[in-house]
Amino acid sequence: MTPDEIVAELRDGMTIGIGGWGSRRKPMALVRAILRAPLRDLTVVSYAGPDVGLLVSSGQATRVVTGFASLDSIALEPHFRRARQAGTVELTELDEGMLHWGLLAAAHRLPFLPIRAGLGSGVLEVNPELRTVRSPYADLFGIGEELVAMPALRLDAALVHMNRADAAGNGQYLGPDPYFDDLFCLAAGRAYVSCERIVASFDGQPQTLLLNRAMVHGVAETPNGAHFTSCVPDYGRDEAFQARYAAAASDLAAWEKFRAEYLDGDEAAYQRAVR
Amino acid sequence: MSEPTRAEVCVVACAEAWRGDGAILASPMGLIPSLGARLARLTFAPDLLLTDGEAYLVDAEGGIEGWLPYAKVLTMLAAGRRHVMMGAAQIDRSGNQNISVIGDWKRPKAQLLGVRGAPGNTVNHPVSYWVPRHSPRVFVDRVDMVCGVGYDRGAHELRVVVTNLAVLDFGTPERTMRLRSVHPGVQVSDVVVATGFPLAIPDLVPVTRWPTGEELDLIRVRLDPDGAREAELR
Repeated sequence: MTPDEIVAELRDGMTIGIGGWGSRRKPMALVRAILRAPLRDLTVVSYAGPDVGLLVSSGQATRVVTGFASLDSIALEPHFRRARQAGTVELTELDEGMLHWGLLAAAHRLPFLPIRAGLGSGVLEVNPELRTVRSPYADLFGIGEELVAMPALRLDAALVHMNRADAAGNGQYLGPDPYFDDLFCLAAGRAYVSCERIVASFDGQPQTLLLNRAMVHGVAETPNGAHFTSCVPDYGRDEAFQARYAAAASDLAAWEKFRAEYLDGDEAAYQRAVR
Repeated sequence: MSEPTRAEVCVVACAEAWRGDGAILASPMGLIPSLGARLARLTFAPDLLLTDGEAYLVDAEGGIEGWLPYAKVLTMLAAGRRHVMMGAAQIDRSGNQNISVIGDWKRPKAQLLGVRGAPGNTVNHPVSYWVPRHSPRVFVDRVDMVCGVGYDRGAHELRVVVTNLAVLDFGTPERTMRLRSVHPGVQVSDVVVATGFPLAIPDLVPVTRWPTGEELDLIRVRLDPDGAREAELR
């Protein structure tokens, strides 16, 4: 598939999970394709980086489900920060472990999973829909422990980026961390993979084959498709470009110029512009 | 060797937070806590586990001794085999910490990091804090959003709060913040005016210990030869 064909399968109002972590191995070519599409009212579930930043900047993400939004080497995602301060995006703020647990529950088709994280914290106050549950098993004091009942984070679609994939949908990561990409795919009704290269057969340890074709509904080859986030070992983060992105994001006129220069064209135009 | 700087006193005070922890994952946030954790492992806490900031556990020589992607960090955390030193934009006298927002959460005056892993950390394993600029804006009566929970909200264990002025702990019967030691050259009154709530202050406040010659040498030659630590206090 092409990124545009993948995005054509998405609908207004969907809950979309995006893999990677911060500014690491994000399916940016697919995010850029969403920017070119008329999609709106999206809820985005993510360990958030510039994926969320861009979708917030375009107004297409109206709710974000996350525990942070960071560019890693730049602590705060600038678009997310500005949108929060302007009140133009809704936030479901969760502890990082709660987000993991919500994806795990959805992947396992469970309504919730108990977790200690969140107890006593403001997370339960800013998300009043969250409930606690008492363990049916007595502890040393003869009562069951009270825990947060983290609800399943069911996704309509998941978007992840792999180093390699085959045409059938098997996906391989070659970097240090799989992040939660397999859970994003299993938690989703439809899962789409972009990758650096589609291969006929895989090199490397079979343990690096994170995704299998039962989890995946579409594959797109997008060389340099995680740019400007890192996609080790194919390439590291483009720190110089990320710094320009962050600087442009802090000023409306500068952002208009940045968008016209890099984002208003198609993926091929983007790749030519950043070369 | 020149006299230790305040930053070097802080590195050692951060290192001391991990004393006696054994083989657990040390997760320092910020440069001075990172130098502290590495110093602790090189000296009195050789069993500590440290990551490279990505997904590998690295030994004292920088060799890979383990694999710890985020999913496994979250499991180590829930297992209680971790002691993190986090920052704090705000912290109150019971140790409730905020790194998420300043102002009203619905539409914050300043969006900061977000809660990150602070809620889970504080109910699962020991947590310490590092505050490079001790001021009433940080040490507040009430935090704008509870990220890390304090003792009044069920914290597992809050070990110490290390600042540019002092070391604090929660060693009162009510588990509220207490002045444990002032850094060399700092007066107790300096800490009191920089803290926006009443601190428990013992009759005799010790002075934070100086780095040893061996520690200074490790900090200056091996761990931070470029002296980046000094900038974190400015």
